[in-house]
Amino acid sequence: MKWEVVIGLEVHVQLNTATKIFSGTSTAFGAEPNTQASAVELAFPGVLPVMNKAVVEKAIRLGLALGSKINQKNVFARKNYFYPDLPKGYQISQMELPIVEGGVLPILVGEEEKLVKLTRAHMEEDAGKSLHEDFSGMTGIDLNRAGTPLLEVVSEPDMRSPEEAVAYARALHSLVMWLGICDGNMQEGSFRVDANVSVRPFGQQEFGTRREIKNLNSFRFLEQAIKYEIQWQIDTLEDGGRVEQATVLFDPDSGETRMMRSKEDAHDYRYFPDPDLLPVRISDEQIARIRSEMPELPSAMKARFVEAFGVSAYDAALLTGSRATAEYFEAVAQASGQGKLAANWVNGEIAARLNREGKDIGDCPISAERLTGLIQRIADNTLSSKLAKQVFDALWDSDLSADAIIERDGLKQVSDVGAIEKMVEEAIAANPKAVEEFRAGKEKALNALAGQVMKASKGKANPAQVQEILKQKLA
Amino acid sequence: MTNATLKQLSQQLAAGAVSSVELATQYLDRIEALNPQLNAFITVDRARTLADAAAADAARAAGNAGLLTGVPMVHKDIFCQQGWKTSCGSRMLDNFISPYSAHVVEQCNAAGLVTLGRANMDEFAMGSSNENSYYGAVKNPWDLKAIPGGSSGGSAAAVAARLTPVATATDTGGSIRQPASHCGVTGIKPTYGVVSRYGMVAYASSLDQGGPIAQTAEDCALMLNVMAGFDERDSTSLERAREDYTRDLNQPLAGLRVGLPREYFADGLDGDVAKVIEDAVAELKKQGAQVVDISLPNTELSIPAYYVIAPAEASTNLSRYDGVRYGHRAADYKDLVDMYEKTRAEGFGAEVKRRILVGSYVLSHGYYDAYYLKAQKIRRLIANDFTAAFAQCDVILGPVAPTAAFNIGEKSGDPVQMYLSDIYTLSVNLAGLPGMSVPAGFDRQGRPVGLQIIGNYFGEAKMLNVAHQFQLATDWHTRAPAL
Repeated sequence: MKWEVVIGLEVHVQLNTATKIFSGTSTAFGAEPNTQASAVELAFPGVLPVMNKAVVEKAIRLGLALGSKINQKNVFARKNYFYPDLPKGYQISQMELPIVEGGVLPILVGEEEKLVKLTRAHMEEDAGKSLHEDFSGMTGIDLNRAGTPLLEVVSEPDMRSPEEAVAYARALHSLVMWLGICDGNMQEGSFRVDANVSVRPFGQQEFGTRREIKNLNSFRFLEQAIKYEIQWQIDTLEDGGRVEQATVLFDPDSGETRMMRSKEDAHDYRYFPDPDLLPVRISDEQIARIRSEMPELPSAMKARFVEAFGVSAYDAALLTGSRATAEYFEAVAQASGQGKLAANWVNGEIAARLNREGKDIGDCPISAERLTGLIQRIADNTLSSKLAKQVFDALWDSDLSADAIIERDGLKQVSDVGAIEKMVEEAIAANPKAVEEFRAGKEKALNALAGQVMKASKGKANPAQVQEILKQKLA
Repeated sequence: MTNATLKQLSQQLAAGAVSSVELATQYLDRIEALNPQLNAFITVDRARTLADAAAADAARAAGNAGLLTGVPMVHKDIFCQQGWKTSCGSRMLDNFISPYSAHVVEQCNAAGLVTLGRANMDEFAMGSSNENSYYGAVKNPWDLKAIPGGSSGGSAAAVAARLTPVATATDTGGSIRQPASHCGVTGIKPTYGVVSRYGMVAYASSLDQGGPIAQTAEDCALMLNVMAGFDERDSTSLERAREDYTRDLNQPLAGLRVGLPREYFADGLDGDVAKVIEDAVAELKKQGAQVVDISLPNTELSIPAYYVIAPAEASTNLSRYDGVRYGHRAADYKDLVDMYEKTRAEGFGAEVKRRILVGSYVLSHGYYDAYYLKAQKIRRLIANDFTAAFAQCDVILGPVAPTAAFNIGEKSGDPVQMYLSDIYTLSVNLAGLPGMSVPAGFDRQGRPVGLQIIGNYFGEAKMLNVAHQFQLATDWHTRAPAL
C-alpha cells in the first residue's frame, strides 16, 4: 500500500526578553543552578506572577509577520500537573484566546514554495530542568530556566514529508531570529520542536492516529526522528497492528523513538483561567505601533530582490533565509550593481564554504565590501571564473582586497588580442590532429585546443576571447 | 492599659506616657498568661518583639515616629513575615521560616508597628470555626466552650481578649467578619484589590482579601490606612490614589439609605440574632437613616457557587506544597509519586484535603462546564443583584452569621452544616465588595453578635462612618470578656 505522511509541528520558541515572563529575574543562560530563581520561580507561599509586557510585544511581532489574527483580549490559564521542575504544580499558559491565531508561513521544499498554515501561537512559561546525572540516585532541580517566556507555535497538519517538516522548522527558526524575538540557539534549548506524525493510505480523507515526538532540539534529529517514526508506523500498520495515540521520545543514540506515555496516561490538566492575572488587553494603537516598527519581512524582501536585482525567485528565497544573509547580499548587490553575480556568489561559494566550516554569515571572513571588490573584477572581465575562485580562496584566508590579491599573485586575465592570437597559433601548430578532427566536424576538438591555450596562459587568458580567436583561425 | 484602643495607645506613646517596650511587655505578659486557655497564637517571640519595640522607641527618640510607631499588633499566620515561621495553620508549613515579607507586613513595619506574634487560624484559611488548625482549635474568649469563628479565629480572639489592640486577618468567604462577629470585635474586609495579596498565602485568589480586626471602627480605619494601597507585585491590586479611611468617620448619618435584604432575614436566622440586628437598625434610624427594603435574590446560590470556585482555585494554589523545595516532606518514600502522596497526606488536614478533592473534581475534563463555569455565571448574577440593590441604598445591613458562636465540636463532623453558616458572608466575596462586622449585642447565652455592613465598591470610608457613628451611640464594642 502507498502511504501518505501527515505532520504538524509544535515549536517552543524562547523569547529573548531580559527578564522572565512573570518576574524581574534575569533569563541569561548558563548561570550556576538556581541562581536565577527568585521567590516567584521557587513558588514560595504568597508570591504572585506579574506579566512582562515585552513578551506580548514579541508575540505580536510574530503574529504580524505570519499574517495572523492578534487576539486583543488575552487570558492566561493554569495547566495543572505535578513535576519537581514545575514549582507551582501548574504552568501558566494560554488555553482559550491565544495571542496569535491563524496565519501562514511560506516554506521552500527543493525549489518549490509551499504555504504552511498556523493554528495558533500562545504565551507560556518554561519549566525548570531535572538533572538526573551527578546526584547518585537522586535528581537535582535547576530552576534557572523556570519562568523563561515561551511562545508555543502550533502548525496545522500541513506537512507531507520529513523534508517539509524540516523546511517549516527552518523557516520558522529563521523568521523568529529575523524578527529579533528569539536567539535561535537550539543547543541551549531556545527553539524546541515537537512533531505530531501520522500516516494514512493515499487518498484517505481522515487522518491516521498520531504520535507526538517530544522535544527535538536540532533539525537533524527532527528529520531522523520523523523518518524513523514514519517507518515504524507503516511497519506496524502493514503488519496488521494499530497505532495508538501516544507521546514518544527520540533517542539520538539509537536513532529510534520510544514510548513516553500512552493516551490512557494523558494528564487531565484541569485548565482554568489564572485568577492571579488579569486579562492582557492589546489596543489597535499598540498593534499599529508594532507594525510600524517591524523590519522588512522575508517575503517582501524576496519580491524586492527579484524586482530590483533580477535574481530568480529560488535564489531570492535562499538569500532571504536569514536576515543577515539578506542584508549581506543586498550590500554586495547594491555596491557592485551586479545582482545576479552577487546572488550566485552568496548562494554558491559563500554558502558552501560557511557550511563546510560550520559558520554563520555573521562569521563570514569576507566582508560585503571585499566580496564586492571581487565581483567588480569578474564583471569587468579582469577575472575569469576560474581565477575568481582562486581570488575568493585568497580573500577567505586574508584581509587583502581582491585587487591587492590580483596584483600580488598576477592573476589578471589576459585579454590582449595579440597575446592570445600568438598562443592560439602555437596551439594549432602543436595539435594537428585536433585541428583535423575539428575541421572534420568534431566540435569537441575545439575545446581541447582551447584547453591547450588556457594551459599555456596559466589560466589567465580570457576564455571567451580564446574561443572566438580559435574559430577565426580555423575558419 | 491593654484595654486601650489603637488610637489611645498611639496618643499615649506620642505623649511619652508609655514606651513601646513597656507596652509590648504588658501585652506579652498577658499573652503568656491567657493564651494557654485560648490558643490564639501559633508563634510568640518575646526577644524579637522587644527588640522591635526598642527600635521603635529609638525611632521616636530620634524624632522619626509616625502615628502608629511602637504600637503592638498581631499578624495572622497567613502573611509571610521575614524571619518568622509562617505556617498558615498547617503541618505542611510548620518548618517554614519565610525568607520575605508580605506587602501588608512591609507596610506595617514601615508604619513602625511592633509584631507581638502570629495568630492561629484554620489551616490555609479553610474553615468557619478555627477547628481546622494543625495547632489546635482556638477558644472563644467569651465562652471557652465556643468556637471563635474562622478562619481568622486567632486574630479575633486575640483582639477580644485584649492580647493585642489590632490584628491583621484575611477574608475569602467571611473569615474576617464572622470571627469578628463571634468574638465581639470590629473587622473590615475591603473591596477586592484594595489590599495587596503579595505575600499572603493564597487560598482562593479571586476571593482572598486582607483587612484588620480591632476594637473599634476608628482603629480599623487607621489600620486600613496602613494596609491598603497599590502594589505592582499583585496584578489584581488596584491602582488608585491613596485614601484616608478616617476622613468620613464623623459625618452625620441623616439621610443615609440603609438597605435590608429580605433574604437575610428569612428562615434560618436565629431569633436572638434577628433581635440584635433590628435594635442596631433602630439605632441608625434614630440617627436619621432611612430603611429601604431590598432583595438579593441569588443569596442562596452563593453557597454552592463559593464551594465550587474557592476549592477550584485552592486545589491548584496548594499544588506547590509538594515537599520538593520547602515545607514538610515525608520521611520515607520509594519514588517521586510516593513522596508526593505521603508528603501531602501527612502535611494537609482533613478539610484542606476535602477542598482539594472537590476543587480538582470541578475542574476535571467533562465537569468543568457544569461546575466551574456555572458557578462563575452565578457569581455574575450575585454581583448584578448588588449593583441593583445599591441603586436604592448607600449601605446594606444584616446579620454576619445565622447564629452566635456555636460550640466547639458541634458542627465539625458535618461540613455541609458548617458551610451553610456562611450564607450571609459569601456573596460579598463573590461580588468583590467590602463588608464589615460591628459588635451589636449578645444572644441569650451571652455570646456576641455582630452587625454586618456591606458597602458598594470602594465604600469603605462610608461603612466606617456608619460603624463609627453606631459605636459613638453604643458600647457593645467596649465590652470585654472576663478572663
